[in-house]
Amino acid sequence: MSSVTDVGPVAATRTPEGEPRAPRKPRSGALLGVLAWLIGILFVVPVLWMVLTSFHSEEDAATNPPSLFAPLTLEGYRSFFGIGTGANPWPSLANSLTASVVSTVIVLLLAIPAAYALSIRPVRKWTDVLFFFLSTRMLPVVAGLLPIYLFAQVSGLLDNIWLLIVLYTAMNLPIAVWMMRSFLAEVPVEILEAASMDGAGLLLTLRRVVAPIVLPGIAATSLICFIFSWNELLLARTLTGTVAQTAPVYLTGFVTSQGLFLAQVCAAAFVVSLPVLIAGFAAQDKLVQGLSLGAVK
Amino acid sequence: MSTTIERRRDDVGSPPPPPPSGALRRTSDWARRAPLLPALLFTILVTQLPFVVTLVVSFMDWNAYYPDERGFTGFSNYASVLTDVNMREAILTTVVLTVVVVLVSLLLGMGIALLLDRQFRGRGVVRTLMITPFLVVPVAAALLWKHALFNPEYGLLNGTLTAIWRLFGSEDAPQPDWITAAPLVSVEVALIWQWTPFMMLILLAGLQSRPLDVIEAARIDGASTWQVFRYMTFPHLRRYLELGALLGSIYIVQNFDAVFTITSGGLGTANLPYVIYQTFYQAHDYGRASAAGVVVVIGTIVIATLALRTVSTLFQEENAR
Repeated sequence: MSSVTDVGPVAATRTPEGEPRAPRKPRSGALLGVLAWLIGILFVVPVLWMVLTSFHSEEDAATNPPSLFAPLTLEGYRSFFGIGTGANPWPSLANSLTASVVSTVIVLLLAIPAAYALSIRPVRKWTDVLFFFLSTRMLPVVAGLLPIYLFAQVSGLLDNIWLLIVLYTAMNLPIAVWMMRSFLAEVPVEILEAASMDGAGLLLTLRRVVAPIVLPGIAATSLICFIFSWNELLLARTLTGTVAQTAPVYLTGFVTSQGLFLAQVCAAAFVVSLPVLIAGFAAQDKLVQGLSLGAVK
Repeated sequence: MSTTIERRRDDVGSPPPPPPSGALRRTSDWARRAPLLPALLFTILVTQLPFVVTLVVSFMDWNAYYPDERGFTGFSNYASVLTDVNMREAILTTVVLTVVVVLVSLLLGMGIALLLDRQFRGRGVVRTLMITPFLVVPVAAALLWKHALFNPEYGLLNGTLTAIWRLFGSEDAPQPDWITAAPLVSVEVALIWQWTPFMMLILLAGLQSRPLDVIEAARIDGASTWQVFRYMTFPHLRRYLELGALLGSIYIVQNFDAVFTITSGGLGTANLPYVIYQTFYQAHDYGRASAAGVVVVIGTIVIATLALRTVSTLFQEENAR
């Protein structure tokens, strides 16, 4: 009897050829899979709740216990977009889009040549330059706020979207230089040499040889810069007013001025987060590399 | 002689050649530097210049309401920053907030990364679910936690408590006012929810870069799961843990959105960025706000130096390959 039970597990750990195989414990493996699912669901519940509440009426949104199966309505979205409330989030959404897109474009224009000079044809002491860029990202924004504010006041740039564009460019440039450098470093030098021996000019080399390799890198860099600009609150809140305010600033003002309407708040939070959610889901794999400044591949 | 120099200069990609002498070298060096200069000048102009001004203003007596009394006062702003009870509390709050959020999200992130490193049905879906909190705009996330989850009357937390108690036929479920009862913990919970995915992503990337054949060999030699983790996975993960901790610290030391939105800096949750914002925005005491800014910078430099060292080790390993 005991010999029969002993045979079971041994047979299970061997392939038919008798090769030893890593021991597997299917039951505990399945349990851990279930645990992973539970934790994943737990983390996403607040977001699901936000989305569900945004489609409920204000009465159904403010019940205790929560009414999960209340009828769905677009009431929250209607009041957020100003139907019957006079609120108008469009200028702030447009400002956010302008600031994020334009600053991302300028970042790329500055970062790509810089990354070229730090990887493909490196300047001397290029690591020092690279770490200088990174160190500027680590200095807290709040410490430079006052001079920037005073400068904006004197030069009339207060409440001007271009001021934010310049600041967001500076904020994201170090990240972009690091990321682009790590991508350009993957360009095989032999191809470049071959291209230059064939008599191809620098621009042609860049376009035909370098671009196809680094375009995915440019996409990843743009994604990260876009997300960071879109999310920024402190600078936008301090340096903009009614004209140039961005979506995050609109969100903070929206609650204090309108009182609390839960469905409307959830609709607002969801609308403002939507571009980042879409961009982030679309490029999940690029996210890690960007967040770790290209240090983690 | 000149031909060798020319050949070397064409040798793109390899480390810069030992410098030849004279004007030729200077031209070549500047040709290499040129693409770098716009980005470098821009960064110095926009990020370094303001800090110099902050440093100067921090030694000045300058309040926007008393513009005539502007002048240099030496270290008095620093004395008032460091002796001010609010400011000292803010320094302590910043340290506690940063340490708690980083450590907890790092531990949770590691646990979840280990779970996600295994094969199971729907692994990709769970990974996507896990990333979601990080993709919610920080202000929106703070609003969500404050109004939809923590609210004592109709928040999801108390609503769930009521539902569970009703399930057992009881009508008097506990209904704590979360933010008032534990303001700092409320801010921390909201931040941990957002930062655990960040840690998980970095650690998962670390786990997946492990040399699997070595681990397989260890397993065959009879190493237990714990032994593999303790002696192989963990040492490999250490760099990634450090990287996650330090990058996380840099972002969380500077956190403004959550404190501003969830508690408006009240109930002992005001951290340094919030206090500086307040000093500058409400009190218009420019000298003191600048001195506080310099204190934050010094604190950050300590963390940043460690961070740079870690990144630089990873960086050298990558380049050594």
